[in-house]
Amino acid sequence: MDFLIQVIWEGLVAGVLYALIALGFVLIFKASGVFNFAQGIMVVFAALTLVGSYDKMAAVGFKGFPAALVAVAIALGVMFVLAWLVERLVLRHLVNQPDIILFMATFGLTYFLIGFGEAVFGGDPKIMITQQLGLPTGSTEFRLPGLGPNGKDGLVLIQHIDVAATVIASLMIAGLAVFFQYTRIGRALRAVADSHKAALSVGITLNQIWVVVWFTAGIVALVTGIMWGARSDVSFGLSNIALKALPVLIVGGFTSVPGAIVGGLVIGIGEKLGELYLAPLLLGSTMGRGVESWVAFIIALGFVMARPQGLFGDKIIERI
Amino acid sequence: MKLKFILACTIGASALAAAAIPARAQDSVTLVTNAYRTGGFSGSGIPLGNGMRDYIALVNAKGGVNGVKINFEECETGYDTKKSVECYEQAKAKGNILYLPWSTGATLAAIPRLHIDKTPLLSMGYGLSAAADGNTFPWVFSPPLTYWDGASVALNYIAGKEGGMDKLKGKKIGLIYLDAPYGKEPIPFLTNMSKKFGFELQLYPVPAAEMQNQGALWLNIRRDKPDYLYSQGFGAMSPTAVKEAIKNNFPMDHFLGVWWSGGDNDAQAGGAEAKGYKSVTWHQVGSNFPLIQEIIKEVVDKGQSLTEKGKVGEAQYNRTVYQGVLITEAMRNAQKITGKKVINGEDMRRGLETLEITDARWKELGLEGFAAPMKVTCADHGGHNKAFVIEWDGTKWVKASDFIAPSIDEVLPLIDAAAKDYAKTDGWPKRSEACDAK
Amino acid sequence: MFYRETGQFHTTYAADMAVFPIRQDRIGLAIILGVAAVAVPLLGSSFFVSSVMIPFLVYALAAIGLNILTGYTGLISLGTGAFMGVGAFACFKLTTAFPNVNIIVWILASGLFSAAIGMLFGLPSLRVKGFYLAVTTLAAQFFLQWCFIRIPWLYNDSSSGSIEVGRRTLFGVPITGAQASPQTRYLVLLGIVVLMTWVASNIVHGRIGRSWMAVRDMDIAAELMGIKLLRTKLTAFAVSSFYAGVAGACMMFLWYGGGEPNDIFNINQSFNILFMVILGGLGSLIGSFFGAAFISSLPTLFKFGLPAIGINIAGATAEHLTFMVVGALIVIFLIVEPHGLARLWQIAKEKLRLWPFPH
Repeated sequence: MDFLIQVIWEGLVAGVLYALIALGFVLIFKASGVFNFAQGIMVVFAALTLVGSYDKMAAVGFKGFPAALVAVAIALGVMFVLAWLVERLVLRHLVNQPDIILFMATFGLTYFLIGFGEAVFGGDPKIMITQQLGLPTGSTEFRLPGLGPNGKDGLVLIQHIDVAATVIASLMIAGLAVFFQYTRIGRALRAVADSHKAALSVGITLNQIWVVVWFTAGIVALVTGIMWGARSDVSFGLSNIALKALPVLIVGGFTSVPGAIVGGLVIGIGEKLGELYLAPLLLGSTMGRGVESWVAFIIALGFVMARPQGLFGDKIIERI
Repeated sequence: MKLKFILACTIGASALAAAAIPARAQDSVTLVTNAYRTGGFSGSGIPLGNGMRDYIALVNAKGGVNGVKINFEECETGYDTKKSVECYEQAKAKGNILYLPWSTGATLAAIPRLHIDKTPLLSMGYGLSAAADGNTFPWVFSPPLTYWDGASVALNYIAGKEGGMDKLKGKKIGLIYLDAPYGKEPIPFLTNMSKKFGFELQLYPVPAAEMQNQGALWLNIRRDKPDYLYSQGFGAMSPTAVKEAIKNNFPMDHFLGVWWSGGDNDAQAGGAEAKGYKSVTWHQVGSNFPLIQEIIKEVVDKGQSLTEKGKVGEAQYNRTVYQGVLITEAMRNAQKITGKKVINGEDMRRGLETLEITDARWKELGLEGFAAPMKVTCADHGGHNKAFVIEWDGTKWVKASDFIAPSIDEVLPLIDAAAKDYAKTDGWPKRSEACDAK
Repeated sequence: MFYRETGQFHTTYAADMAVFPIRQDRIGLAIILGVAAVAVPLLGSSFFVSSVMIPFLVYALAAIGLNILTGYTGLISLGTGAFMGVGAFACFKLTTAFPNVNIIVWILASGLFSAAIGMLFGLPSLRVKGFYLAVTTLAAQFFLQWCFIRIPWLYNDSSSGSIEVGRRTLFGVPITGAQASPQTRYLVLLGIVVLMTWVASNIVHGRIGRSWMAVRDMDIAAELMGIKLLRTKLTAFAVSSFYAGVAGACMMFLWYGGGEPNDIFNINQSFNILFMVILGGLGSLIGSFFGAAFISSLPTLFKFGLPAIGINIAGATAEHLTFMVVGALIVIFLIVEPHGLARLWQIAKEKLRLWPFPH
């Protein structure tokens, strides 16, 4: 029983982290209809900028929390410049092209960022500056009376960084929700999401909106990078995790911010339960488990067949 | 239509063909190594590349091997098999004397071609374990030991801690591995041993796409509570595993990795909390050896290296220094056997086959105590040489055991069976290469 | 001046409907085939043949397969890599079980197996499309890749988990395995690619191809016209996966000559092939060749061609530059011509017709 609670907690944390990646996709997809293949590499790029600039400052003796804050500011600045450049050099020239072309353009962007990132920061993995950022480390053990095996006390281990990740992700999502709901730019953004043409005709500048959205996705990428980087290290392999966002999006719906969260949780918990309880059934315990690479996609497959618009997505009225 | 493209290609091709015949400098041999300073595995690739590069620079600075300089080149693969295959072809065209694939995929793709192209292959502590059988694979060399030897050393070390192989009975030993042929290598060996010595083997595969997302897997480990954990990981998988082990309160001193899991980057991710994490390896760590000091003085301090001074002597840096020593020693042997100064791939093969480095020779090389004496024979290209265990003390790796020999009797039958199995492939040639006396 | 059809009259419907109605096109094609079959193997260095031309042809074949699905039928697939893997394994199992049958027969037959698997994973296409379908095919990619590692039967229980390609001959000349020269392998591959391109061209210009395009352009209208969606979409999946499977078998047997399938047929492969199709031109066979040349051969030529003409940069830097340049080129090409290189080629031909007197 205590183990099941632990599994669900871990699933929840993984879900929040998946949701963070998915959130980046949703933002851009909502506002520009672009499926942003480059989100994964943006995560790496943001995290590398953060750690890279901190290391540069640490080399000249400027260390600790203030330096980390400056590094965050630098990373945010770089993500803003990136958003601006993407709009200026890529999106602006591809207005009104089919989705698949825009998708392809983000692939070009991915290639470019891989080359650029490695040229600037070098290919060796870096350690996330967790402590310098003031993020908690360590863990707390909770005793659950009578929930362990054979009526003993159960033990649940909770990592402080996971709690922090959950809190930060929730705050960020709440912040985004307020931003979209109550600010002028937020309203304009929702208008753009509804219809580019209608938005243009009421005087909303599309270009400005795009910069804002890509910058917001950049912020999300930075947070994602910090959280995932703290769990392993900051290296280019991290961009692989971005693919996990796809099943999350299917479950939650491509266009919904709360959907990204719920989708993340469903996939996160589903994956852990699948790994622990389904895999031994399928394969026995000796053959080795490790079905984690595809369970998420099979869950998504189920959703696609039963409810293609996802839990919260806009219903597409389209008969095939 | 495609005309323009093909024209362009043809022009490109003739340019390439022209470039393929290098202006041969007096008395030099070409050595091209695959390297991956980019891509998802660059964390291991960069220190590995640097060690080799600096060692060869030192050899050339001192006048080469018996006066023959080494035209050394790196071919960037990004750990991608397609690019590795390209690099192989390119290196072949340049007259490479020894292929250094630096990835299991590249090794497997190259093995069938070696006897045609007359280029030996050195996969030092990686690649196809079966290739340690020199009678089946005369062109492949994998000294100083195979993954099966590595797992055996780890097991012997654990047994030593527990007080004998018979004490392993009833214990649970977990294997956490990259879910790819590389990671799966130790399974047959460990399965055999678990039957023989009565310990329970638990398998924990990490899919390649999930290297940095091992949450679910570690829940399994927490539930099963294995007594020891052996890791056959690479790239970003190892630092993530170290971090997860810390998170899950797994006793770090019961966590051992194969040599590829024992890089400085891997343990550093856990910092001080990773103290006690161990790795099987066959060479010392640190820069406290005359040869490494010489590298620092002649190469690094003169600004000819790509590495920072502080990173010289890291585990993976020293590993390719070891590789460099093997190569130059084999070149010396080849020169001695053939009487030629400038050797080719075929000569290099003979040089590798007669490779032997004794304690006295290690001392001469300025690497006293750096590694166990090693030896390759015609029948045994793997060597099954001695290895030892290093331990992370929170900031650096330190030696944690004496030399431990692998249980060769347990490993050999596996190698024989696997080699026989491979040789069943149609068209696989019988060994026709003569064996040189030492 | 040279590329003008003045004076060429079509006197039969058949001539009018020919794939290449203009004489210059036919001559051009003949020259290209001549160059590909004679000049390349004779003049090209073996590095060029084995590392530029063979990959180019393999990828072109895979891209044609995906183009049938994505370009002609409008269904996205991200499982091409895995379907190629199925082909490679099928060919391996078949040729080790029946070593006496010619390998070319097995390379072509292996496509049937991937076609069957492709149809199975194509079933969701009846309900969803676009990115939703992409995710279901992604499920195929990861699930099949997992099977490639976990089912030892597939690689005949070999301890290395890899496919070992033995020697197979055609008229006594080895065409697979280490003894086969790159030139022979190239010629065999060229034969397969030409044959399959010709078949594909006939399919897409025929009834089946038209029904695919009808479904792509508007499925409801197509259905009203009496095209059965189920059958059309599944044939597209089957034919597409067939091509992918053959490409996979070619990749393993004629290019790599053995190796670790899980490592080769991964998700990046799927993406690369999709990008070849998009960049080359959706719904264009020639575009598949352009795309393959751009994404597969360009980086290789960059990496090895630059040092050959005297521009020498360190390995890692060259790699970074290659990534940046290829990325930038992709974006530039899309901005210049979103319909792909094939469209660019078409425009060039139109211009050529009027040259040198555009008005």
